[in-house]
Amino acid sequence: MQKRVVFRSKSLPYLLLAPQIIVTVVFFFWPAYQALESSLFIEDAFGFSREFVGFDNFRALFADDVYLASFKVTLVFGFSVTLLTMGISLALAVAADRALRGATAYRTFLIWPYAVAPAIAGVLWHFLMNPSLGIVSYWLDALFGTDWNHYVSGQQALLMVIVAASWKQISYNFLFFLAGLQSIPRSLVEAAAIDRAGPTRRFWTIVFPLLAPTTFFLLVVNLVYAFFDTFSLIDATTHGGPANATSTLVVKVYQTGFVGQDYGASAAQSVILMLIVIAMTIVQFRYIDRRVNY
Amino acid sequence: MVENRPIGRALTHLVLILGVTFLCFPVWMALVASTHPPEALSRAPIPLWFGGQAWENYKTILSGGLSQAGGVPVARMMLNSAVMALGITLGKIAISLLSAFAIVYFRFPFRMAFFWMIFITLMLPVEVRILPTYDVMVKLSLLNSWGGLIVPLIASATATFLFRQFFLTVPDELVEAARIDRAGPMRFFWDILLPLSRTNIAAIFIILFIYGWNQYLWPLIITTDESLYTVVMGIGRMMNAGEALPVWHLIMATAVLAMLPPVLVVLAMQRLFVKGLVESEK
Repeated sequence: MQKRVVFRSKSLPYLLLAPQIIVTVVFFFWPAYQALESSLFIEDAFGFSREFVGFDNFRALFADDVYLASFKVTLVFGFSVTLLTMGISLALAVAADRALRGATAYRTFLIWPYAVAPAIAGVLWHFLMNPSLGIVSYWLDALFGTDWNHYVSGQQALLMVIVAASWKQISYNFLFFLAGLQSIPRSLVEAAAIDRAGPTRRFWTIVFPLLAPTTFFLLVVNLVYAFFDTFSLIDATTHGGPANATSTLVVKVYQTGFVGQDYGASAAQSVILMLIVIAMTIVQFRYIDRRVNY
Repeated sequence: MVENRPIGRALTHLVLILGVTFLCFPVWMALVASTHPPEALSRAPIPLWFGGQAWENYKTILSGGLSQAGGVPVARMMLNSAVMALGITLGKIAISLLSAFAIVYFRFPFRMAFFWMIFITLMLPVEVRILPTYDVMVKLSLLNSWGGLIVPLIASATATFLFRQFFLTVPDELVEAARIDRAGPMRFFWDILLPLSRTNIAAIFIILFIYGWNQYLWPLIITTDESLYTVVMGIGRMMNAGEALPVWHLIMATAVLAMLPPVLVVLAMQRLFVKGLVESEK
């Protein structure tokens, strides 16, 4: 889409673009290039000398069991958060769309967690699940006899960060599902009702297919969120532990770089992450036209 | 709703009430815990209703901070967070308005190349290129400075897209009229385009303010100077320092304070927030 009428000026547009482009080049392209470059070198611990090693850093990563394990953790974490969030939000959105009374009040109570920082979400759940005084772990013990201790059990730690990350993301999904539901023409649903399709049948044959573009969009957004935006949540609570059970790729790249001071390996991990983000963004934008057409 | 069956209606409200409870419960517990003395939180089960020490806890944390985590007063951290969030938000809005204006209202060589350069920044969140970005900050000696906290985060593809989308819907007749009246491009921008964009600016302001306030990793690596600590990242440090100690009442008080500004913004400007969120993702 383009404007029919435009202004004419040789230098003004470049001046207007300059601030954005300068920030982008200095803080995005330069570091990205540095990551690419230093992923091909091995640097000594003091930064005095470095040696070109080709793809050795990458080869070392893919031979490293700990790194491969963090791939697995990331996938389990990402898909669990996505499924849990989308399932709950869809149920809430369908209910909010049907509720005639109090719909606005419900919406208000459902959207505010969007504003809570992922790090704070982690801290809140960490407190609730604390093995010695957390109220939820106390209830779990009283009701099911579960011995909750995420400082020891890797699975429980992972479950805790999954719940915390999903809790924070529900509001966002809820709003998009609700907007999607409200854009479905009432006449379609009513026509199906006249044909004696019950609420369940109507949902699966009419509403859900019409929501597909929203669902697909949210799927990608949630995966991106779980893969990249949850660093703070994990860092403020489990630090990737115990025994790397919650160490996702982003936690790993931070720890390799800042704790382990291994420049080459961290840069190689950055390159891999960038490839993943680029792939996901392309997928997202290939389908964006379909999304608008609901 | 097509049918009006009591069971269906009850189920609808049950689902919503369960959802609201699930979302509000953690914050309820944080509020409750922040009003108790440390002894009340030393063994399970902890109380579910407010205690009497709210004033003392909040006073301690606001003025003195948590001594085990450097003792930076939370009031100071809140102020830092506010400066950082507002700096990022206003910076992003300013440079995005200008670049969207250039891209929509001018024809010039490499226009699309610039557009794609901005677009691609969407793909490179700070988290994935953290060490090289830190290196660049060292080279530019921007560590421990407001500039270092704010400037690198103000490039914004999202805001640029939103404004571009909106500018494309502004009628061409307005430009023609401006040109007949001999208004130059910048005059048109200030007197016509900007006033028309008010709602969009307000909507994106909310989203960006929340983004800026909630930054964690960036202040964590850029600041070692305690006077620049922000509250969201400060709470991470408190968790590290205070986990073994009985200071949950203070950590929860800090968490409540850290949540307050962005949550209030969302609640106060709910309609604009929903509009900004849903439209900026298109």
